[in-house]
Amino acid sequence: MKKLGSYPIDGKFGKYGGRFVPEVLMAAIGELEEAYAQVKQDPSFNKELEYYLSEYAGRPTPLYYAENLTKKIGGAKIYLKREDLAHGGAHKINNTLGQALLAKRMGKKRIIAETGAGQHGVATAIACAALGLKAEVYMGSEDMRRQRLNVFRMKLLGAEVHPVESGSKTLKDSINEAFRDWVTNIESTYYLVGSVVGPHPYPMLVRDFQSVIGNELKEQFLRKETRFPNALVACVGGGSNAIGTFYPFEDHPEVQLYGVEAAGEGIESNKHAAALGAGSEGVFHGMLTYVLQDTEGQIQTTHSISAGLDYPGVGPEHSFLKTLRRAKYSSATDEETVAAFCALSEEEGIIPALESSHAVAFAMKLARKMKRDETIVVTLSGRGDKDVEVVADFLGVKI
Amino acid sequence: MSDMAEVFQKLKAQGDGALIGYVTGGDPKPEFTPRISEALIKGGVDILELGIPFSDPIADGPTIQAASVRALQAGTTPQMVLGMAGEVKKKHRVPVVILTYFNPVFRMGVERFFRLAKSFGVDGVVVPDLPVEEAEAYREAAKSCGVDTVFLAAPSTSNERLRKIVECTSGFLYVVSHFGVTGAREALEGSTVQLIQRFLPYTSGRVPLAVGFGVSKPEHAKGIIEAGADGVIVGSAFVNIVREHQSDVGRMLEELEALARKLKEATKSHA
Repeated sequence: MKKLGSYPIDGKFGKYGGRFVPEVLMAAIGELEEAYAQVKQDPSFNKELEYYLSEYAGRPTPLYYAENLTKKIGGAKIYLKREDLAHGGAHKINNTLGQALLAKRMGKKRIIAETGAGQHGVATAIACAALGLKAEVYMGSEDMRRQRLNVFRMKLLGAEVHPVESGSKTLKDSINEAFRDWVTNIESTYYLVGSVVGPHPYPMLVRDFQSVIGNELKEQFLRKETRFPNALVACVGGGSNAIGTFYPFEDHPEVQLYGVEAAGEGIESNKHAAALGAGSEGVFHGMLTYVLQDTEGQIQTTHSISAGLDYPGVGPEHSFLKTLRRAKYSSATDEETVAAFCALSEEEGIIPALESSHAVAFAMKLARKMKRDETIVVTLSGRGDKDVEVVADFLGVKI
Repeated sequence: MSDMAEVFQKLKAQGDGALIGYVTGGDPKPEFTPRISEALIKGGVDILELGIPFSDPIADGPTIQAASVRALQAGTTPQMVLGMAGEVKKKHRVPVVILTYFNPVFRMGVERFFRLAKSFGVDGVVVPDLPVEEAEAYREAAKSCGVDTVFLAAPSTSNERLRKIVECTSGFLYVVSHFGVTGAREALEGSTVQLIQRFLPYTSGRVPLAVGFGVSKPEHAKGIIEAGADGVIVGSAFVNIVREHQSDVGRMLEELEALARKLKEATKSHA
């Protein structure tokens, strides 16, 4: 078997991935693949991206030893990779800067994107403002209502927000709508996909741009501990912060990889978003992957307290890692997530995003079972300021 | 020769084009589809295209999206739509093509899907999100069951890709008239005529060429046939009638038949 790091091969991670899109898009996707292959080899592109990542987005983000939390649990040492400290408050900026620079080199002036909670929309608006591009963001009308602040943030940043009224009016429908826009305006428009999902080459190029997370933490961890961590933990919706964390370690089998999905009200309640844990193979949003669907192949609606994980599919590389058992996928319920959100806030003075709190919840359980000289790195994919209201509501606190 | 090939050949001999009429199976309720199909055929549709409703139809505009929602809410399943095709085939010699997104086919298993389709007499299948590169197992299964695989070509399709698509397509080549999603449009674009003229040298003598997306009026149909296409595909215009007259079936069937008749007239050589 080939090294895991060498995938995708012909656009596929094993059998997962591929390009299941309307014929109209095939030329544009081919053009994108070629343009990306070119910039990948181009030192001037990489230099420009590094400039923006460090000078503008504030990279490298710290790798912080969460000593208080570690002591409280009394197991493995827990480190946090602080993506919440990146500009915009989440790892999303790594991808949007990379793709916006790519779009600019391709001569595209109009950028479209989808967003669920608004984090990717905001990160797209930020990157486009910085690079002088026009951003238009599709967002489900239901999500717009739940995330009013992010809608206003995007507008402040100069983006146009289009409400999506179709289907369940959430993330998956805003992706559908972005695809429809793209087939209509293919010559002028670049579709800036927000996670490691969609047709090839998106899962690959988003992974590459997010791998800055894993590459940095590898170096930082070596400097602090002179070894590799025993386990990496990250939350999985589409799965971009997790793949960005895992990818540089995929060919180091001594490092355990754990992805944590949203179990919502519990897997058995059917109100969750655990595509890997409870879904089956399907073809959705251009890729063959695990997806939540009914027996007829209709895509199901999902539930999670964190809008960022509220997606019925998952990146094809995760499906591949699951099938190979290279990564293990678990899940955390809304309740466990809120408890972890509170614990990290109290113990460390860090308010994590609800998405990332899923990873924290699992890491706390895992640490308890591990030895004190063992180590875990949790990717804290975003900050939780945006979630304070939701958490208060969940706890029945009036603010 | 397949029924579909025969239809195109017969029309060509008369100098006419084919009218392919699309409706979403199960819209607004499963029991409507046989009567809707009947009305379209009575109006003169040469080939009937029935859609399997899908939860996430990314190639469709608002009209067919809404039809999919109505059909799904009424409990329509892929098996039911194949059964509806079977009902039509029992009574008419009109070829029936199934349009479906790939996931319902994948979920059922491509072999099982085609065996079932064949058992109901389905003549061909169109999958708008399955490009030829991903279609190997699908084509094999279709071939072994004797069902045509209709592939799509678009304005962005290069001549090189077109050659490959023409090799894979059977029954007809489905030409997407313009950049965009399905939905009725006001006017036929000049670029659609140019597109037909670019594609014709690759299809003529090999496979019929039919044009869809945005075709809703008799004058569009006439223009497309005059440009040299072998057929036109009309969907959203029929679906709009279904939506508008949901509560008055008699009126719905009348209007469907009338539109089909007008469109059919426009595809004839004397039109």
